[in-house]
Amino acid sequence: MSTAPALAETAAAPAPRRHIRLLLPILLFGLLALAPLAVSLGMPAGWLALLTRAMIFAIAALSLDLILGVGGLVSFGHAAFLGIGAYVTGIMITEGRAEALLILPVVLGICALFAAVTGAICLRTRGVTFIMITLAFGQMVYFLAQALSAYGGDDGLTLYEKSTVAGLDLFSTRTGFFYCVLAALAGCYVLVRILVASRFGRILRAARENPVRVSVTGFDVTRIRLIAYVISGMVAGIAGFFLANHTDFVSPAFMSWQRSGELIFMTVLGGVGSLHGAIIGAIAYLIAEDALSHLTEHWRVIFGPMIVLFVLFTRGGIVGMIRKLGGGGGA
Amino acid sequence: MSEPVLILEAVRKSFGALKVTDDVSLSVAPGELHALIGPNGAGKTTLVHQISGMLKPDSGAIRFRGEDISALTPEKRARRGLARTFQITSTIASLSVLENVALGVQARAAHPLSLFRNAARDAALNRPALAALEAVGLADRAEVPAGRLSHGEKRALELAMALALEPTAILLDEPLAGVGREEGERLIELLSSLKGRYAMLLVEHDMAAVFALADKVSVLVYGRVIASGEPAAVRADAAVREAYLGEEG
Amino acid sequence: MTTGLLLVQILNGLQFGILLFLVAAGLTLVFGVMDFINLAHGVQYMLGAYLAVTFVALTGSFVLGLILALAAALAFGLALEFLVFRHLYERDHLDQVLATFGLILLLNQGVKIIWGAAPLSVPVPEFLSGNVALIDGILYPTYRFALIGAGLAVGLLLWFVVDRTRTGMLLRAGASNAPMVSALGVDIRKLFMIVFAFGTMLAGFAGAMAAPILSVEPGMGDTVLILAFVVIVIGGIGSIRGAFVAALIVGLVDTLGRSFMNDLLRLFMSAPSARATGAALSSMLIYLLMAVVLFLRPEGLLPSRGRT
Repeated sequence: MSTAPALAETAAAPAPRRHIRLLLPILLFGLLALAPLAVSLGMPAGWLALLTRAMIFAIAALSLDLILGVGGLVSFGHAAFLGIGAYVTGIMITEGRAEALLILPVVLGICALFAAVTGAICLRTRGVTFIMITLAFGQMVYFLAQALSAYGGDDGLTLYEKSTVAGLDLFSTRTGFFYCVLAALAGCYVLVRILVASRFGRILRAARENPVRVSVTGFDVTRIRLIAYVISGMVAGIAGFFLANHTDFVSPAFMSWQRSGELIFMTVLGGVGSLHGAIIGAIAYLIAEDALSHLTEHWRVIFGPMIVLFVLFTRGGIVGMIRKLGGGGGA
Repeated sequence: MSEPVLILEAVRKSFGALKVTDDVSLSVAPGELHALIGPNGAGKTTLVHQISGMLKPDSGAIRFRGEDISALTPEKRARRGLARTFQITSTIASLSVLENVALGVQARAAHPLSLFRNAARDAALNRPALAALEAVGLADRAEVPAGRLSHGEKRALELAMALALEPTAILLDEPLAGVGREEGERLIELLSSLKGRYAMLLVEHDMAAVFALADKVSVLVYGRVIASGEPAAVRADAAVREAYLGEEG
Repeated sequence: MTTGLLLVQILNGLQFGILLFLVAAGLTLVFGVMDFINLAHGVQYMLGAYLAVTFVALTGSFVLGLILALAAALAFGLALEFLVFRHLYERDHLDQVLATFGLILLLNQGVKIIWGAAPLSVPVPEFLSGNVALIDGILYPTYRFALIGAGLAVGLLLWFVVDRTRTGMLLRAGASNAPMVSALGVDIRKLFMIVFAFGTMLAGFAGAMAAPILSVEPGMGDTVLILAFVVIVIGGIGSIRGAFVAALIVGLVDTLGRSFMNDLLRLFMSAPSARATGAALSSMLIYLLMAVVLFLRPEGLLPSRGRT
């Protein structure tokens, strides 16, 4: 999935294209907002839980898209941030501090710290080495969680309470939680979109394509990437917070390296670098996973080759296909 | 004559046994265009890389505006006012021409990495960028992605990107390479219009251009400066004729 | 902690390091020469072990089973190269990561379908089933000694091939400058295939050799793969010598850390907190080691020459 074409179009989009680019996210969020209505009209209730879960992963995939799609950094340890967010939430709830306004700052702080420290080391390298090191740091957090015997260790930690938001019990109903996650997803989406369009974002995009040019123009490429890495980690931490509240359970499996691979696939599936592509990709992935796992317990035997075929034969992901249908061919 | 802006003192660099830069000393005065010529493989681009910070010299010093910049990163040198262009054009293909130039404007802005303000609609970036584009005659191409420009236009764009940094000195690595006659003449005219305002180190193979533009010429052969001085004197130098100009016929 | 126990753990660490080296050697060559990231390399290790289970049971002979397992692993690796990998060499790292990730999902699950999810094992071959007496009457299994020996022999062979033969020279040149090698008129695709086949064989060999002492189960390759990454990063990409040194370091640090971290921490803290901290710290130890090495030398301990 070469990322250049997607952004080439973003940058040079003439007016009609720009409308299409706005139309798709608006349509997407509009449909999501109507989902609970569909359930009250007779869709199975489990469907809403699946969609909620999909939106949580969409937040994580969106955050990954910032560094992977926009910044061009293939991070294979992104599930670590999801896991850190979930564990901080789980531990704080267990310790009787269930208030979101208390948990979220801690989640953001710890994710930022972990991202800053590991990012500073990872970003000293590039290419294949970067992929391997992010993977290794992800694995490190996984083993750390396994060793946390006070909080369930290998077996994970069951939560007997959900977070409150400013004292309100918003997460206790399915619909309430759904809208909270939707609001968070929309907020993160707008935030990342603003970041990408900012001065910072422009340099991040430029550095993906031509880091040498960017550095002789007076920018410290490593520092810019580190900022993106930290922001991305923090947003993924938010997803972890919701995931813990969604499953009422946290376990090391949340940050297994397969999970990191799945996040990459979600991002690429939707169309890398387009942000709403990551959201579409996450939703499509979770729905496909759900459907296939109902079909057979060996769904991975079907899913694995699908990924391989997808990589070999498609480019641009789902958003790329929509763009081709709507815009009559690319650049 | 005033104090030189850029001074190289006994700069040396080897790749293994190969001496690519062998005790090179030279200087560029404010507003002066200093041409660096020499046969292929003489180490001209390697020298430009060392001045811009992309390669580290093994020994020697590079002074810029009175400061030893030998240990600084490329981005720090750029922020001190040392701009460069590349032998193989180097632009951001997916960004528009205007956005490419705006990168340079942004680098010297008060908040170069502002996280939230929209960059595309930022007049503080776009106005100076457009001015730089006008200076190189690319203003009417501002909205085109840089990747779609012609080769000569890309050369001009690179120059505009350098100018947008409001530099004191510009390193020009073969700005005419691969450019057609007509576009080449326009670029030469452009370079000569910049003379006097910027200190420039020009690496170039086109001898007509070099002798039309240069205030001073240095000849690099196998990493060594074998002659340096007024263009007329260098042209007359026997060693230069033998080592270099002779080959050209 | 006694000297005997220390000695046993050092041997365990060495043996673990040798296994890691066998897996990492193929990976590092593939990275170095082809700039290709193959996540499915760990799966090939796992397949080596499973094939050993089947063929040893089938033939009743460990050696014969090992040879057949190796041949089958090689054939399978070449089939994968033909079907998938060769279409990925020119792609970017993201595509390579994703496609080989898809293969892992498929093969881990496929193994579950064919051999079941329960751990399997291979009996230690008769002629290596005894023990060797170390000092103070402490015994150490002969098979583990054999494993260390076999690993060292392969390492030596690898060193000979890479350092002393024409193919090895091309490999080293290819690792630092692939376009140059192809400009010399060498069929780079054929070179890639040889490197790939070689790496696959080594991983399969490691898996088959590990089968008698580890439980053979789905996913066993994943852990080894990530540890092999750590080894490669510490040793320097494309460097066989680096992989060897780093593999032994990682093997020893991990094994000794797990066995002695508690005792060490007990010197500073109470027993329960030493146990908790020790468990956490020892599982993170090699990653911390990697971080420190990278911080000091981003290109690894022994980077392959000519690579910048």
